[in-house]
Amino acid sequence: MLKISNRTFHSRLLLGTGKYPSYEIQKKAVEVSDTEILTFAVRRMNIFADEQPNFLDLLDLSKYTLLPNTAGAKTAEEAVRIAKLAKASGLCDMIKVEVIGDDRTLLPDPIETLKASEMLLEEGFIVLPYTSDDVVLARRLEELGVHAVMPAASPIGSGKGIINPTYLKFIIEQSSIPVIIDAGIGSPKDAAFAMELGADGVLLNTAVSGAKDPVKMAQAMNLAVKAGRLGFEAGRIEEKEYGAASSPTTGMVTS
Amino acid sequence: MSITLNGRSVDLQEGVNTVEQLLSHYHLENRIVVVEVNKEIVMKENYKTISLSHGDVVEIIHFVGGG
Repeated sequence: MLKISNRTFHSRLLLGTGKYPSYEIQKKAVEVSDTEILTFAVRRMNIFADEQPNFLDLLDLSKYTLLPNTAGAKTAEEAVRIAKLAKASGLCDMIKVEVIGDDRTLLPDPIETLKASEMLLEEGFIVLPYTSDDVVLARRLEELGVHAVMPAASPIGSGKGIINPTYLKFIIEQSSIPVIIDAGIGSPKDAAFAMELGADGVLLNTAVSGAKDPVKMAQAMNLAVKAGRLGFEAGRIEEKEYGAASSPTTGMVTS
Repeated sequence: MSITLNGRSVDLQEGVNTVEQLLSHYHLENRIVVVEVNKEIVMKENYKTISLSHGDVVEIIHFVGGG
């Protein structure tokens, strides 16, 4: 079970809701992913255009926990404003703190992320900051009292997978709060790898929504996260430099 | 009176004086939205009582797909 603050979730896969080819495909993908936590962004409504359906209208909200993000914020203050707007919907009190500090790489601003997390904790939010793979920042955030840390595997939407497993492992080893690997996941092997490193969960979006068949990929990610977790719990073998036979070396019928 | 609504200047017709009336004018009464007037969030229980004034800056916000 994934435990974030006082909530428990059976699924360790968190799914983003952006950039799907259609709501119909998205709905099926969400179902087969087995996810219980969905991220959203907070934006101005386009009220001057014809009424457009919203993915939230199609969801059975009793089955999902909403995790709005503060995407678009460049400062702690902007992130707090977005978080408060999200909470005022009455649908959620968890927030993914996302304060981008570099437009080209989309890497987060660590200082504003820390400031925003502190302010949001004071406001009583369940705070899940999205960070780079900075080990010390993860510790500082935990000391502040955040409810999970979400280091990136690689830049948002890049699909590069886990580029620094060593630092992610350091973060996982030192943390007593959940570590959710967020962003940069490209394929099921990346999700499984994250879980084998000992992560408590994986948050991904484009890897599913941008796949040729998002529904099939959602199912693949569901299985990958479960397989990776089982593998981690089972405890893998030590690597050896050379071969070590699986079959007995005595009682050969050829001798 | 005119207000700035989601970044656009809008003349409100007569009878649209409260947040509740504004939402129903745009057929948003049953949608999941959050309303901010002059950067202050308006809680749902106050939709009926919060009056709009000329020059108010109003934002109607919702959730969209995102990661």
